[in-house]
Amino acid sequence: MNAGVPLSAQLINLFAAVILLLAFAMLAQRRVMPLINLFGLQGLVLAGSTLVVAVTTHQAHLYWSAGLTLLLKAMLLPWILHRLVRKLYVKWDVESLVNVPATMLIGIVLVIVAFNVAQPISLLSHTISRGTLGIALATVMLAFLMMITRTKAIPQVVGFLAMENGLFLAATSATYGMPMVVELGIALDVLVGVIILGVFFFQIRDQFDSLDISHMEHLKDG
Amino acid sequence: MSVGGFLGQLFAIALALVLAPLLTGWVNQCRAWLQNRSAPPLLQPYYMLHKLFRKDVVLARNASPLFRFAPFAVFGCMLLACAIIPSLSTDLPLAPAADTLALVGVFGLARIFISLAAMDVGTAFGSLGGRREMLVGFLAEPALLMVIFTLALISQSTSVATIVETLAHREIVIYPSLAFAGIAFTFVSLAENARVPVDNPATHLELTMIHEAMILEYSGRHLALIEWAASLKLYAYSCLGLALFFPWGIAERDNFLAMIAAAPLLLIKLGIGGCLLAAIETVNAKMRIFRAPEFLGTAFLLAVLGLLVRLLLEVRA
Repeated sequence: MNAGVPLSAQLINLFAAVILLLAFAMLAQRRVMPLINLFGLQGLVLAGSTLVVAVTTHQAHLYWSAGLTLLLKAMLLPWILHRLVRKLYVKWDVESLVNVPATMLIGIVLVIVAFNVAQPISLLSHTISRGTLGIALATVMLAFLMMITRTKAIPQVVGFLAMENGLFLAATSATYGMPMVVELGIALDVLVGVIILGVFFFQIRDQFDSLDISHMEHLKDG
Repeated sequence: MSVGGFLGQLFAIALALVLAPLLTGWVNQCRAWLQNRSAPPLLQPYYMLHKLFRKDVVLARNASPLFRFAPFAVFGCMLLACAIIPSLSTDLPLAPAADTLALVGVFGLARIFISLAAMDVGTAFGSLGGRREMLVGFLAEPALLMVIFTLALISQSTSVATIVETLAHREIVIYPSLAFAGIAFTFVSLAENARVPVDNPATHLELTMIHEAMILEYSGRHLALIEWAASLKLYAYSCLGLALFFPWGIAERDNFLAMIAAAPLLLIKLGIGGCLLAAIETVNAKMRIFRAPEFLGTAFLLAVLGLLVRLLLEVRA
């Protein structure tokens, strides 16, 4: 039994479990708009989890990264994506996914792999949130799976961003976050990446009249 | 076996028999209110049973003895389930008869009997309903088992009484795994009890019905028993959910007075649960039958996630 575990650790575990659940929800979501909302929610939960770690461990820079996560991943990025979706008129895009239950089962296998791989690593760590390392790895792998199974451009970008969420969670749980400079750099990278990808979306659509990535497999030189 | 335990067991069974139709009536009434319809009387299921028990049985010419035996078997299974599940007290002499795994088996036995009986007469609807029931059942069962495994991991036992006692005595600790298991259990209960996202208990539309299609051929006291058994199943699942996820107030061993006190609490809990069920049924639309695997797959996923999260986060910590 886990009696005697401090409340903060319980909260961190709860947040991590919710992040994992949201990763699965994103994997199963067919529509674009709810997908972006789920991504925003994941960012919010991630910010909450980071904040709890910050409060528990009194690491000043974790407050900053919690705030940065909240601003960037829960507000700014979803807003940019929402605007893109509106401008591209793909609000009602419904993707024909390959067999949701099968994807889910693959997802479960990935989670089991991630948990087993992370277990020995997390034993080396002495942070309060070390248990969530497995969940962070699972989130990264689920985001990978999402990028593989999707054919449309925007869900792929959301998958990419969700992967960054997972990496952030891993950094927080294993070592109480990365140095501030690195974190700022990654945040800027992600932001610039999304803006550039937004430009790409328009180019792709102009070229193929759709955002289906599979069209790009038929590109030829000259 | 103590006298108190014996009395308690009898009381629990009697209460199940009496309360089950009332719960069905209450859910129907809540649903009618939420959907802006005028509600049927709360006691409508009793009137139904009374009417049906007085009517003659009409049997198809080619009905086999199985067809006549099935309602009694189904009713017996559901009554046994209600007797094992600790609704008022964990001191049940019958409880060692079956742990949670066997309980899933008891539900499975009832399902097999009713599906066989549905196919027995040979009407198209009967076999259609029977096959759909088996489809839903074989998808719901693993999810239910996973939920039970999660709880068994927490309490180190598969006996219902022990699980409930352990959970009722725990300190207030946040278990993410319990939350996952609870949601999965809700999904499974909706599917197993033929409630809205999977089946509509009020419909007789050919293309969509599952439970109703199976019992079309029944009449008179047979139909009454099956309707009563369906109410008992809803009651059993509600009590199981309440006992596993909201176990506070259930009496301990050798405490007959606490058991009497537990009865009003159970009524309140069931009342709230019924309201919630009606709300779920109102906000959701019935899904296509081929979406049911997705729905139950989600339940399975949640249950497995609960199990994994339990193993990863809570055991070592």
